[in-house]
Amino acid sequence: MKYENLPWLILFLPLLSAAVITLFTLRSKTVSSLISIVAVVAGFVMSCIFVQANGFHLPVGHDETSINWLTIGNLSVDFGLKLDALSMMMLFVVTGVGGLIHIYSYGYMHEDESMARFFAKLSLFTFSMLGIVLANNFLMMFIFWELVGVSSYLLIGFWFEKPSAGDAAKKAFITNRLGDFGFLAGILVVWGLLDSLNFGVLQTGIAAGTLTLGASATLAGLLIFCGAMGKSAQFPLHVWLPDAMEGPTPVSALIHAATMVAAGVYMLCRTLFLFNAESLHVIAYIGGFTALLAALMAVQQNDIKRIIAYSTLSQLGYMVMTVGLNGPTPAMFHLTTHAFFKALLFLAAGSVIIGMHHEQDIWQMGNLRKKMPVTFLTFTIGTLALCGVPPFSGFYSKDAILAQALAQKSYLLFGVGVFVAALTTFYTFRLFFVVFMGKEKSKAAAHAHESPLVMTLPLIALAVFSFAGGFIGIVNNYGSQLSHNHEMLSVWQQAVEPLSNKPAMFCGLGAVVIGFLLAQSLYGNAATDPLPAKLGVLATWMRDKFYFDEFYEATFIRAHDFLAAVADWIDRWILEGAIIGAIRGGTDLSGRALRLAQTGNLQTYAFLFMLGVALLLYFVLGK
Amino acid sequence: MLFSLGLLGVILRRNLLVIYMSLELMLNAANLALVSFSRFNNKLDGQVLVFFIITVAAAEVAVGLALIVALYRKRQSAHVEDLTSMKL
Repeated sequence: MKYENLPWLILFLPLLSAAVITLFTLRSKTVSSLISIVAVVAGFVMSCIFVQANGFHLPVGHDETSINWLTIGNLSVDFGLKLDALSMMMLFVVTGVGGLIHIYSYGYMHEDESMARFFAKLSLFTFSMLGIVLANNFLMMFIFWELVGVSSYLLIGFWFEKPSAGDAAKKAFITNRLGDFGFLAGILVVWGLLDSLNFGVLQTGIAAGTLTLGASATLAGLLIFCGAMGKSAQFPLHVWLPDAMEGPTPVSALIHAATMVAAGVYMLCRTLFLFNAESLHVIAYIGGFTALLAALMAVQQNDIKRIIAYSTLSQLGYMVMTVGLNGPTPAMFHLTTHAFFKALLFLAAGSVIIGMHHEQDIWQMGNLRKKMPVTFLTFTIGTLALCGVPPFSGFYSKDAILAQALAQKSYLLFGVGVFVAALTTFYTFRLFFVVFMGKEKSKAAAHAHESPLVMTLPLIALAVFSFAGGFIGIVNNYGSQLSHNHEMLSVWQQAVEPLSNKPAMFCGLGAVVIGFLLAQSLYGNAATDPLPAKLGVLATWMRDKFYFDEFYEATFIRAHDFLAAVADWIDRWILEGAIIGAIRGGTDLSGRALRLAQTGNLQTYAFLFMLGVALLLYFVLGK
Repeated sequence: MLFSLGLLGVILRRNLLVIYMSLELMLNAANLALVSFSRFNNKLDGQVLVFFIITVAAAEVAVGLALIVALYRKRQSAHVEDLTSMKL
């Protein structure tokens, strides 16, 4: 392997940047942001150099670089980097998309007082995410997994003076902790049964049959999936992601669209060899259900960021479903294209929000295509990619997913996929029509302005990738590692690849057309939302997110409060009142009693002293 | 007998000076006992010890009287009931 030290540098540069900013340059906005941007862009450049020198496929056995970190008994844990096609592609996604978002943040956060703090946290996040991507064993991945959770918490709660942001940060962190607990338990099961945590060792061992999980395979698989359920916000732990939109928009783009929420899917693909058919089945249906649920919720949201957030949830459901259908290649393909177009949509939405002076309600916007041409154009590309219109990248990855569902003969999930595709098109074009078309619905919309170049350039770069992501070889790089019999396709072959599975392609396209026509007829020129009148109760349910938050509030949180109250009562009255009180009271009482003997009178002491001597003499001599 | 008189004096009298004199009485009682036993046993050890005690007693008187004078100056009193400031 050439340039063996480069990956270490890529990993630790953002950490260095976070440390330098926190320790030295917190006063200067410009210097801090430049340090942070340089760290991640340099990471991207170094990734390119590394791949240029080594290619995507290092020979097996030489695709790791590690140092021994700790040895306990016969468990030896490495701190090592896994360098295969999967992690290198993710390296590009994290540093590439992340770098663009860093640059964009420079414009977006320019007026914020604590911009330096923002960039320090952003760097910390980049470091943690790179750690997950490069980890070569479960323990290291888990540590970075938690670090990502922490930095996500810090960034969601960046505007901590807003109570809603603080609450959202706590909600995200605690919900993630629930999933992480399962993940940790899963790791312990794997370690206990297989005696190793290294991905490479596990994979070869399981493939060769020397390591088997036996009857615990389903349990281990589902526990590990719990981790992905938390990070990738799958049902029933999906509630934190929409609330996480309280953070700054670049954070939503970076963490809650492109990278962190994708970590769950990445982890599933990385450890796919551990899952047996039953656990994959559960994963597929949970993914499909999440996709459907989130798409329905997205239809009736009115906050521009929340619509995109629910769409992210729904797309993540797609990816998880595909992993469950034993299709890691389409899942990672969709993950990558999704990172492009969803980051693009979020950043464009951020540009709209800045242009509208921090107004997020789509019914206050309208006709922005004239005021913000670049944002409009890039947002359109993002929309088309998200809906899966050929030849945009989303079309190829979504088609690969539907084809995978058909190939696995899972017709129910195929139907869900097609229906969700229609819903996706519907709500995305609803957003599109209401925000950019029609008439201005408020004065702010009439006075909206285009964002500065530092924000629009990343939009354009992402738009290019959202357009071309489908046929520039992404699927080759994943497929050659993850699928057994993947053929290398040329650009043209990739461009026409969907034609090889016509039913999937036509169903997907039909769904897009239906969704588009519905959205156009309903929202083409609407000033208010016509849907609640037509759907009645269902629309209310969609708007209120099917009352999941209320349901959790009434059951889990109530039960938790009850337990906490009981624990509090025990602590207050039994531990503190009875036990500690008895000890304290006893000491106090004996102290008071003994104090009576201390009269302060010299002669009393002399008398007691004499009495003591007399007693002593009596005992020593008297008998 | 002399020792017991001194002891009673220490315990019962109120004036610090008198208590002090009673203390000296106890020391001298011990001296007397030592001399008597020395004479009785025909050994000189006891008498040697008496000299030591007289020396120590002289030093002790010097320190003790100085303390009493200092206390009297501070409190305008030499009665033990008034000296209970060590009590809480």
